[in-house]
Amino acid sequence: MDFDPLLLARLQFAANISFHILFPAITIALGWILLFFKWRFNRTGDDKWMAAYFSWVKVFALSFAMGVVSGITMSFQFGTNWPGFMETVGNIAGPLLAYEVLTAFFLEATFLGIMLFGFRRVPNWVHTLATILVAVGTTASAFWILVLNSWMQTPVGFEMIDGVAHATDWGAIILNPSMPYRMAHMLLASGLTACFLVTGLSAYRWLKQDRSASVLAALKTGAYGAAILIPLQIFIGDMHGLNTLEHQPQKVAAMEGLWETTAGAPLVLFALPDARQRTNHYALEIPHGASWFLTHQANGVVQGLNEFIGNHPPVAPVFWGFRIMVGVGMLMLLAAWLTSYFLARKHTLPQWLSYGLVAMTFSGWVATLAGWYVTEIGRQPWLVTGVLATKDAVSAIPANTVGVTFILYMAVYAFLFVAYITTLFYLAKKEVGQGTAPTNPTTERGAATAYIKEVK
Amino acid sequence: MISSLLAPDFLPYIFAGLMGLSMVIYGVLDGYDLGVGMLTPLATDKDKDTMIASIGPFWDANETWLVLGVGLLLVAFPAAHGIILTNLYIPVFLMLMGLIFRGVAFDFRSKVPAHKKPLWNNLFFAGSLLTAFAQGVMLGMYILGFDNSLAGVGFALLTGAAVCAGYCLIGAAWLIMKTDKKLQKNAVKWATNSMYIGAVGIVLISLTTPLVSPRIFAKWFSLPELFYLAPIPLLTALLLSLLFLSLRRLPLSNDRWCWAPFALTAGMLVLCFIGLAYSFFPYIVPDQLLILEAASAHESLLIILVGALLVLPVLLGYTFIAYRIFHGKSTHLSYD
Repeated sequence: MDFDPLLLARLQFAANISFHILFPAITIALGWILLFFKWRFNRTGDDKWMAAYFSWVKVFALSFAMGVVSGITMSFQFGTNWPGFMETVGNIAGPLLAYEVLTAFFLEATFLGIMLFGFRRVPNWVHTLATILVAVGTTASAFWILVLNSWMQTPVGFEMIDGVAHATDWGAIILNPSMPYRMAHMLLASGLTACFLVTGLSAYRWLKQDRSASVLAALKTGAYGAAILIPLQIFIGDMHGLNTLEHQPQKVAAMEGLWETTAGAPLVLFALPDARQRTNHYALEIPHGASWFLTHQANGVVQGLNEFIGNHPPVAPVFWGFRIMVGVGMLMLLAAWLTSYFLARKHTLPQWLSYGLVAMTFSGWVATLAGWYVTEIGRQPWLVTGVLATKDAVSAIPANTVGVTFILYMAVYAFLFVAYITTLFYLAKKEVGQGTAPTNPTTERGAATAYIKEVK
Repeated sequence: MISSLLAPDFLPYIFAGLMGLSMVIYGVLDGYDLGVGMLTPLATDKDKDTMIASIGPFWDANETWLVLGVGLLLVAFPAAHGIILTNLYIPVFLMLMGLIFRGVAFDFRSKVPAHKKPLWNNLFFAGSLLTAFAQGVMLGMYILGFDNSLAGVGFALLTGAAVCAGYCLIGAAWLIMKTDKKLQKNAVKWATNSMYIGAVGIVLISLTTPLVSPRIFAKWFSLPELFYLAPIPLLTALLLSLLFLSLRRLPLSNDRWCWAPFALTAGMLVLCFIGLAYSFFPYIVPDQLLILEAASAHESLLIILVGALLVLPVLLGYTFIAYRIFHGKSTHLSYD
């Protein structure tokens, strides 16, 4: 059987980058959650916060390691799979990637050692500072990467000389039109992913009859955090969608499953898009819905895919990815608000809701991946919109080689994925009963407070 | 003066230098932690924990130098990056597999249930070995300009083995510095054995390289170039003799000179690297692509240089701080 080398290279890179993003999606926000725990401990001296910190710093360490190794793989795959990318836009992508490594990567990697293992080796304020720097570092990493990704979506501030992009305005490149929206959308996505992870694993401990103060503190942090972030995310997501409509209308048309340019376009809730006949089957629609959302007028005109024949993305994955992302988002809203209501008003968590939260531990991953598929597949057939087609950047490696390594990568990732998830639950289970007691937070495992006092 | 350094026909050399610097720092730093990984099967379970704890706070940052080195190749010499990495597709893939396994095994082995720990110990060892070997193979393929003949493959396997031995040596030297008692004595033994294998490897590679590459032969054995090169093998021989002497006497009372093998080995690695860099200059892909031909646009290089000059001192500074905080003999690592 013959495989298309382009498709294989894309699959391999997609598998890699999908696997990679799972872990930064956790660590970017988990770093700030850990800082929150540390800050509460410094302010109150209550050991439950430090107990929560020590529980979650292990998850952070494991996730960070997974992110580092899959990230290194990616930096090599730029060269092995997509040599044309750097040859064409290297003058712009290069400095952005260099700044990512220089400012961020080292900051995190170096201070991570102090953050993880330094609590008893350095003064408390240095440990707090290390926690701050790691949180800032992960976020700065995300900043540079999202600048580059946004520039690939909406490239500005450059000129083409002999087929190679040269920067003309770095300010415009960094503040490119889709960057602020994508940045806010991704950082909030990370916040939600981490909040649901914290809530889910804490609910798991709750189900195992762990009623320690540190578990309740983590549970509340996760649930309240998610309850605040999710409406923000819906608002920012809408703004990001409008920004996409302005700069990449073909992507929005694919998201909406709209083939013909229409005044008063319907909102398609469900359909099977058919790329051959260029129509939808079994469509379930809300009349004028898409026009309302996108133009804020009942009969506003929305451009359809037929305006962009040969220059628009494959419809089905974008269409479905968008629906999965929105669907999971709605579920998150419901779960976060219900949990917050029970915790704030009833001071307990019903069993059925605990099971629900455990089931939603990794819901952030599903929504984040679905969203990334929408925006990345939605950029096709371009690698850099209007500048470089994906097919022109691929390397000449034989399909067999790419195919075999692809299968091996997948096998390794599947193994690590299972190991990661089982280890998280194993860690949570092992710590049941080791947290601080609910009634008297200073008697049990007051080691952190005692240690700080002793040093003073 | 400064304007001539930053001129379009000189700036690429500065970047080649920075890239070389990252690579050599990487070789020393990740070299010792990969070496420690390769030595773990020789130790008892308790010593394994001590050995891995000795590299625990550092390996992340060590590996980041590889990202910086490859990153500089990618951003400053995109054309060379494409040629080199597509030619090295298979060994790069193997190295990445190795890096993935050892990187995560670090964390998993300390967190999984006891009965699964041996699995992750084995993966940690296998990942370290695979990474080191693949890096050596890449070095060999690069030296020969990606010659896929039987002789070329044989040479690459030889460099693969030599790099493994070199990393084991510096890993054992690290352990001599960071551990004590029985483990330290064992480390001296491991260092001695790795030194013999590594020395044979360096000699073999140095003899075969000019034989397989006519350009390097010309560069090494013509006058006056011979005199420029001569200090490198002479200094290497000197350091090797000192290493030999120190390993015969260590450990001393009060642990004096326990850092000497590490410093000497690092010095030898740097010398080997300088020898290679000297042989390839001014090519970035041997016999195919010059440093100047492969460089990015001048303006882009200037922008990266500003960032690099601002950040590199800070970066070296806080690397130093991290080493200060975790200096001394390796102890049990704990999160709380």
